[in-house]
Amino acid sequence: MELGLFLAVLGAGLAAGFAGAGSAIGVGIAGRSAAGVVTQEPSMFSKVLILQLLPGTQGIYGLLIGFIVLSQVGILGGDIPSLSKGLIYFAACMPMAIGGLLSGIAQGQCSSSAIGLVAKRPDQFGKAMIFPAMVETYAILALLISILSIFGIPAAI
Amino acid sequence: MTNTYVDKSYAYAVARLRHAELSLLDKAAMEQLITAKSAEDAEKLLRDKGWGGDDSEDTESMFAAETRKLWDYVEEIVPDMNVFNVFRLRDDFSNLKAALKESVMSYEYPGIYSSFGTVPSETVRNAVKTRTYKELPVIMADIAEKAHEVFLRTGDGQLCDIMVDKACLEAIRAAGTASGCDFIRDYAELKTAAADVNIAVRACHTGKDRDFLKLALAESGILSINGLESAALSGEDAIAAFLANTDFAAAVSDLKKSPAAFERRCDNLINDRMMSMHYESFGPGPVAAYIIARENEIKSVRIVLACKQNGFSDDKIRERVRDTYV
Repeated sequence: MELGLFLAVLGAGLAAGFAGAGSAIGVGIAGRSAAGVVTQEPSMFSKVLILQLLPGTQGIYGLLIGFIVLSQVGILGGDIPSLSKGLIYFAACMPMAIGGLLSGIAQGQCSSSAIGLVAKRPDQFGKAMIFPAMVETYAILALLISILSIFGIPAAI
Repeated sequence: MTNTYVDKSYAYAVARLRHAELSLLDKAAMEQLITAKSAEDAEKLLRDKGWGGDDSEDTESMFAAETRKLWDYVEEIVPDMNVFNVFRLRDDFSNLKAALKESVMSYEYPGIYSSFGTVPSETVRNAVKTRTYKELPVIMADIAEKAHEVFLRTGDGQLCDIMVDKACLEAIRAAGTASGCDFIRDYAELKTAAADVNIAVRACHTGKDRDFLKLALAESGILSINGLESAALSGEDAIAAFLANTDFAAAVSDLKKSPAAFERRCDNLINDRMMSMHYESFGPGPVAAYIIARENEIKSVRIVLACKQNGFSDDKIRERVRDTYV
């Protein structure tokens, strides 16, 4: 059994799965608020839709990390890794998995509040966008570390 | 809020409320009503803002229509109405008092029943009339039976009212705790405690004894019943001294003015606590704050119109209206 390959694929799966779950929860929470506002005021649809979609990016980042790993470990390309290299791939995926899950949920809650702000003060849409966008920073940092780790794994291990 | 992770079901409701709050009367709108030339002009302003409805021609039916709109709206947006029983139990127990009086006096007062309680008024009426108390919720059944029996035996309607009012306060407090929402629980405790203070002051003025106080005062969780009893028996200054170290410290001066001034200050105390609900996006707290805000708004408008009809000056009216939520 190729344990190195198993660990690398597990890491890719967790990065895509956890980050996707974070986004799903976040978009779901924000979606409830968005539906509430549109029930009251249908003309707000486009504004609240943008805010609802903000927590969706973590899922895309997770997919990207998963795709990169799979293209290097012999699934979509590259060579099957050794056990130690597989472990490093696994570890490299963790920032995106954990960061994506938690930041997705937090961003969803923040988006939900921002949707409430837009419902009350539609002219403050620009500011309302900034608050959930701040949470995005930490998803991007997690993505950055995962990417740097994956591309920094020495070929000779 | 107790736990935001279990309260996401209110995200939809709170978002709807945030938009609905735009149509609440703000300070400027309230001032416009106060400074209107007459009660008729003030009512016209309200109707222009959408108050009442096509079938609410007189002032009283306009208020009833607004209360109906509030509860229909809340029922439409929240997943569980039982969380908000705190605000509806008052009407249940008021219906119970009316039904007891109807039953004992053998006279019908159909117009005094409220339709905003947790139990249909007809159910309360029939349960008391036929003495089938099991048709009522447990919190009402026991006291209905006891109060009915006392009323029949003594013929003392006031004693019956005191018993029902105490049961109502206890039910409100229990419903507040059962709601699972800190804000609703605090509201219920504050309302119960404020009612206790009003009872104590009235008892003090009318020279009631300790037995009466024991019968009337309900445990609020905020004020010590024994302390309040002793203070009420000692005099108004003792009540003021007792309250000086409680949540009602700021309301002591109003207590000396009148029960109405004290009630207004208590409403404003709750209003102050409600302000934090502007920053909550989840949970039943913001919905509860909206209900209180709408009820206070209706109460304030009722006061403004009544004062205008009776020729009160604008300043006198301002003294009586509640702070606005928006």
